[in-house]
Amino acid sequence: MVRLNGVAIQGYGGYVPRYRIRAEEIGRLWGREKQELPIEEKAVAGLDEDSVTMAVEAARIAVKRAGIDPKKIGAIHVGSESKPYAVKPTGTIVAEAIGAGQNILAADLEFACKAGTEAIQLITGLVESGRIEYGLAIGADTAQGRPGDALEYTAASGAAALLIGRLTDDAVASIEAWNSYVTDTPDFWRRESENYPSHAARFTGQPAYFRHILGSINELLNDEGYSIKDIDYFVFHQPNVKFPLAVAKALKLEREKVSSGLISGFLGNPYSATSLLGLVRVLDEAKPGDAILLASFGSGAGSDAYILRVLDGIEEKRDRAPKLKDFIERKIYIDYASYAKFRGKLRLR
Amino acid sequence: MRVPRYWRNKLFRYRLVGWRCINCGAFHHFKPLVCKRCGSRGFREVELPKTGKLLAYTVVKIAPADFKDKAPYLIGLVELDDGTRILAQLTDFSQDELKDGARVEAVLRKIREDGESGIIEYGYKFRPLVG
Amino acid sequence: MGKIYVAGVGLTKIGEHWDRGLEQLMVEAALKALEDSGLTRVNSIYVGNMAGEFLQEQAHLGAIIAEDLGMVGTPAYRVEAANASGAAAIHAGALEIASGKADAVLIVGGEKLSDGLAEEVSSALLMGERQEYEGFIGADFYSINALLYKLYMKHYGVKDDMIAVFPMLSHKHAKGVAHAQYPFEVSLEKILSSPYISEPLRRFEVSGVGDGAAAIVLIGEKLKSKIKAPKTELYISSATDFMTPFEREDPLRFQSLGVAVNKVLDEAKVDRGDVDLIEVHDATSIMAAISLESSGFAEPGESGKLAINGEFDLGGRLPYNTFGGLKARGNPFGATGVYQVVELHLQLTGRAGKNQVDSPKVGMAQSLGGVGATAIVTLLKAL
Repeated sequence: MVRLNGVAIQGYGGYVPRYRIRAEEIGRLWGREKQELPIEEKAVAGLDEDSVTMAVEAARIAVKRAGIDPKKIGAIHVGSESKPYAVKPTGTIVAEAIGAGQNILAADLEFACKAGTEAIQLITGLVESGRIEYGLAIGADTAQGRPGDALEYTAASGAAALLIGRLTDDAVASIEAWNSYVTDTPDFWRRESENYPSHAARFTGQPAYFRHILGSINELLNDEGYSIKDIDYFVFHQPNVKFPLAVAKALKLEREKVSSGLISGFLGNPYSATSLLGLVRVLDEAKPGDAILLASFGSGAGSDAYILRVLDGIEEKRDRAPKLKDFIERKIYIDYASYAKFRGKLRLR
Repeated sequence: MRVPRYWRNKLFRYRLVGWRCINCGAFHHFKPLVCKRCGSRGFREVELPKTGKLLAYTVVKIAPADFKDKAPYLIGLVELDDGTRILAQLTDFSQDELKDGARVEAVLRKIREDGESGIIEYGYKFRPLVG
Repeated sequence: MGKIYVAGVGLTKIGEHWDRGLEQLMVEAALKALEDSGLTRVNSIYVGNMAGEFLQEQAHLGAIIAEDLGMVGTPAYRVEAANASGAAAIHAGALEIASGKADAVLIVGGEKLSDGLAEEVSSALLMGERQEYEGFIGADFYSINALLYKLYMKHYGVKDDMIAVFPMLSHKHAKGVAHAQYPFEVSLEKILSSPYISEPLRRFEVSGVGDGAAAIVLIGEKLKSKIKAPKTELYISSATDFMTPFEREDPLRFQSLGVAVNKVLDEAKVDRGDVDLIEVHDATSIMAAISLESSGFAEPGESGKLAINGEFDLGGRLPYNTFGGLKARGNPFGATGVYQVVELHLQLTGRAGKNQVDSPKVGMAQSLGGVGATAIVTLLKAL
């Protein structure tokens, strides 16, 4: 666990593609009844979207909100497990698309669903050490679930970006503390050249998700002297609706402290973007002074936990760019056939 | 499109960065030597505004070979906020939103892919303005 | 500048010639033209072709056609200007005659589209737009036409029937034409109920995919008296415009065509009103309407009304596409501009059969490359 010093979110952006498929529509194919389904509906990227284009969408919003010259960005880290290229960086495409300069660090990260929050840690280190003025931490995924698998109901698409810089009066939120908790736990994986990930079913629960997420949170709270009642919002990684609520129950949290950060019920689980999108939704409504605890989970397995403190700058910066609500509400429902076409499940060549 | 050709002009495709004639104001998508409108030779690099309105649209049903797996898709004529007119694919439109005069914004999308193993070509498209 | 005469013409039927290649079609048309002229040798050969490199993977068609005609030794080149490639070949050959360098030249336009799949023909057509711009985003020829169609209807406050009347007219004139790809009538109702190719442009408003070749023999003053074949006098002029219609001052006007028409009328010392028949580049219905208006044969927005009033019928004020035009005779890209001139020549020499217009003196053919970025206008005078 680490106390951070003088680092803040200067801009943030969340992006959710326009298309939604109802879990019921997926269940129709596989003979599942409504009460068996883990979520209501999930966000599906369009035919022309991938984790690169969504990372760009989120990054552009974050830069716009920060109101900075993108040439001042010194590092871009994109976390994703659905890179369109096995070899060729996403970060360089994002950099050129947002108008960043050439003398930057551009590196992609992979750690299942927590690659986005890992990016935050790398960027804060670079900012804190004075090596860069600003950096972008992005989580973006077009998550794939094998047709017929339990993951198919939840594996979703989305991206979120945090533009991080030195702590200033007009910052959105300071990043106060961080902790990470990792072990070698094979709960979910995807082998090289496989299209879909595999998982160990119920083994993804207790020994994986719960152990790591609670591990990172508890140590952060205990060691840094925070108490649960000091925290106004909790945002957890959420592979479904049940898991984050079980964490809330284990921590004895009031429902209103977790509900703003819950998105999986209506957006699904866009892997590296999931907990960050929950954070974006919270930032869209939080007040200066509010404390936020963000805890991701990545299979394999690990969890990053952060404590953020909302600052005065949020009031003005929030309205500079579209909010997550704007993307959530403009949904278009698609059927399974369109879903199969959009997500490359039809072999066209 | 061959890789070097795609790469050379990515600034316009990614960010609508082009060149405007200092003399007559004509916009050039790609770096010119001579102004296509007035023949003068001075240009300044400009980044076009990312928002505008849809002047007219149509649907491509029988697509060129590189776009066969994308059809049907929308093509629109967009007038950007500075008056520059630009042809673009439209994306993320619902049927109700698809009307002349609709407010639109530029986004980066996949334009086409060179098969399963070739490069992915990204470029601008326009969608209904969000927010 | 010396005078230029058409002294022989030849063509093949347009259609799907599965058993014959591009070279064979061109040679067939060329032999017919040579036979019609009575010549066996020419000083130069000009080949018009747009898509051979792509659909047949064949460049260097000049030397190939010279060899296949048994004319090894004769200078021969291919000329390319998208859909106007055939007319561009005529232009190049005509200049050689006018300069006095050649006494006789052979022009062959040919295209074989049926070798390609529908999407490959679409790709070939798209090569006539700028690949860096329209090509990159997949804004094909028909989508650009569709946008012009919409702007036209909005600007002039007309409905699609005022535009779809042109394919109807082309089909009416193609009825029974032996070399036409679609030699039958199609009603306006049927055109307007055909599926969209690119809304509001419908399937029956655009030319089809076909193979064909056409050829002409051009001669100068020196051979004029020696050749017995019926002859016409040829004038030709060309101009270009911005590649994208939407960057033109008025997208609903082909400035290139207006300029080329005025130049050719001026050179031929002919008034617009003296033109007795016209071949218009109706690759799409909307291009026909815009062409007639850009070249001063109809007021802006009025061409459809004139067509409905019968002014462009075979017996009308200005007979239009008398063998069916691009729409019904067919549009094998690089051959099309040559077909137009062959047909004018047949009309002006009284050999148009049942499609014969009453004793015409002056005919005009308009060939366009892309959506009007190239315009090549040929004017033939009866002798």
